[in-house]
Amino acid sequence: MLRFAPPFAVLVLAGPIFCGLLATLLPAFGYFPALGGHHVTLIHFASFFAEPGIWISISLSLATGLVTTGISLCLVMLFFAAWSGTKLFIRVQHLVSPLLSIPHAAVAFGLAFMIAPSGWIMRLISPELTGFTRPPDWQIINDPMGLTMMAGLVIKEIPFLFLVCLAAMGQVRSVEHSKVATSLGYGRMAGFLFTSWPLIYRQVRLAVFAVIAYASSVVDVALILGPTNPEPLAVRLIGWLNDPDLTFRFQASAGAIVQFLLTGFALLVWLGAERLVKILFENRVSKGARVQKDKLARYLSGFSLMLTALMIFIGMTILGIWSFAAYWSFPDALPRGFTLYHWQRQLAAVGTPFRVTLILGLISTLIAIAIALACLEREARTGKTGGYRSLQLLYLPLIIPQPAFLFGLQMLFLSIGINTSFSALVIVHLVFVLPYVFLSLSDPWRAYDKRYSWAAASMGIGENRVFWRIRMPLLLRPILVAMAIGFAVSIGQYLPTVLIGAGRWPTLTTEAVALASGGDRRVIGVYAFLQMLLPFLGFVCAAAIPAFVFAGRKGMKGGA
Amino acid sequence: MGREQTNARTEPASLRLSNVSIALGSKTLLTINQDVGPGDVLTVMGPSGSGKSSLLAFIAGFLDPAFTASGDVTFQGESLIALAPEKRRVGLLFQDALLFPHMSVYQNLAFAIPKSAAGNNAQRLELVTQALENAGLEGLGDRDPETLSGGQKSRIALMRVLLAEPRALLLDEPFSKLDADLRQQMRQFVFSQATKRNLPVLLVTHDAEDAEAAGGQIIRLVD
Repeated sequence: MLRFAPPFAVLVLAGPIFCGLLATLLPAFGYFPALGGHHVTLIHFASFFAEPGIWISISLSLATGLVTTGISLCLVMLFFAAWSGTKLFIRVQHLVSPLLSIPHAAVAFGLAFMIAPSGWIMRLISPELTGFTRPPDWQIINDPMGLTMMAGLVIKEIPFLFLVCLAAMGQVRSVEHSKVATSLGYGRMAGFLFTSWPLIYRQVRLAVFAVIAYASSVVDVALILGPTNPEPLAVRLIGWLNDPDLTFRFQASAGAIVQFLLTGFALLVWLGAERLVKILFENRVSKGARVQKDKLARYLSGFSLMLTALMIFIGMTILGIWSFAAYWSFPDALPRGFTLYHWQRQLAAVGTPFRVTLILGLISTLIAIAIALACLEREARTGKTGGYRSLQLLYLPLIIPQPAFLFGLQMLFLSIGINTSFSALVIVHLVFVLPYVFLSLSDPWRAYDKRYSWAAASMGIGENRVFWRIRMPLLLRPILVAMAIGFAVSIGQYLPTVLIGAGRWPTLTTEAVALASGGDRRVIGVYAFLQMLLPFLGFVCAAAIPAFVFAGRKGMKGGA
Repeated sequence: MGREQTNARTEPASLRLSNVSIALGSKTLLTINQDVGPGDVLTVMGPSGSGKSSLLAFIAGFLDPAFTASGDVTFQGESLIALAPEKRRVGLLFQDALLFPHMSVYQNLAFAIPKSAAGNNAQRLELVTQALENAGLEGLGDRDPETLSGGQKSRIALMRVLLAEPRALLLDEPFSKLDADLRQQMRQFVFSQATKRNLPVLLVTHDAEDAEAAGGQIIRLVD
């Protein structure tokens, strides 16, 4: 049975992607008999490029992908250089970890509620400092350059890159390298950047690519914070896909192929930039600049990284406050009072999305953890590791822009009659949940002291019993954390859910994003609050269950 | 004890290493051709990287794929190498006690008892109680293994291995992490228990005192 686990995992990951890509490609070139497309043609690309402002949309998406990734990676890199190995670093690490699980949409709403002209910051300083008694007519949210959208993506991607770099740092002995560099007279930051960073970066490259791909094709954050006239490319594609005139599907498919190429181009630009930085870098290294005066840079990097984390926290708090707010007029920093009214009013409406979110998350997480465990156990028994190849496969769903294969997949599911079915939704969620579950579980799995299994086997205990009685319990904590992460990923999925569920399966995320245009802050507050509550509960379970099961076992405390 | 199992066949219960050779890449680390009789100790001494731990891994069935091994290890004419690791029934002791941290001391010991030795919980409890007495650790059954001292953990680890009714013992520097005086006690305890049960013992170590205390033949590996 176990033998089939790795091929099954490949099927789950790559199957929907390749089938979906192919099914996007055909209508893009005009072939889709069900809609009357029988001939291969380039006309849909022509009409795509004839759309007004299409090049602005394309440039916006490209810029968002590159700028967002560049800024978040630089902030994380500088913070690591300045503070790794310090108490502050460990504190920030604890601060940042839980932020990873908050869905993109919730972060975006939090930011919007904070920095909008009628947002909390403005309320805090008005009217005393600004003189405003009425929100100014500034376009901060949905600004045409997409700066607020990029800011929202930056603060959301920083926790992700931070944790990925943290995992990589553990593998490259950066502490020793930094000590050697310091003893050679290098400043703290320069020493880290010259010795440890290249090694860390090599390990996290795929994750960085995933951020580029995500940011260049983002839909939910763009709908909440992004420019509207014109929108970034992916948002426009969704508009065409949902057009009552079904022939727009051809154009949407052509656009999805352009999106695919656009993300590929963004990655190429990034690869070029990598080269350039490397040359500049080696130039610096061989000159031996020590850069000992880095105090200001250290404090700046510490301040900016903590600021991004703080913004998420404050944003989440404001969301929570809004959902309980009674009358709250503009320049007041806090509402006049608190009420359960909005919760009571939404309770009936929120029930279905809540249940769908919960069940969808649980089922896809359970399937994902079973596949991941089966693959890892298979690897442990045969001694064969998938190596870098399998890692690349895991990143495949994260690096291919979602519209490029989801459009086709939707049509494919439609043609075999399983579109809008719950199982189709589980299949498409698995594509995104499985990689995260796998990635977060594989390090602790491999760090497990195999001698426990050997000792058990030498006592005559069979492989299966060793797995269930020794390895599973010893790894219970990381297994549950991986599940909590998978659950959070499922909750956060927007595009796969709206496309494959086609509105029949509303989740907290799809409902929250749909509310964005309405702008009722109290209702948005309720949905966004639930959106962050569910993943949080997942992590609470992941911490509480081992503590309960292994109460009184000192050896099971802390990270296994 | 009522658990004699060795005299059923005519061949003596010795562990035979026939032309066992372990190599890393093209470099042969060791070649051994040796019998270890019941109750005897064969000590393999060498510095780290000499392949001595790989020898034990090979016999127990956990050799890292980076190594290649040839030759055979037999017990009463039966090849161990042909068997799955859990069918070989050779007890392994490591530097660390490796008591399962999620189980109590009692559970650790009971986990090792084969079905054939105790069919029900009462029999298991009986065997575990005997083992704890044997190790001078009466009444520790309900303890969390993490709360035991280093010496207590080592003794529990040995009792756990013995409860599994092994046909031979493989010791991978099991005394190296203990304090000097504790080490002496533990050596005596391990070897006396092995002799009492007529178990062939293969000890790998870099400590000359271990080899001396073992009292058996010594094979020295050079780097």
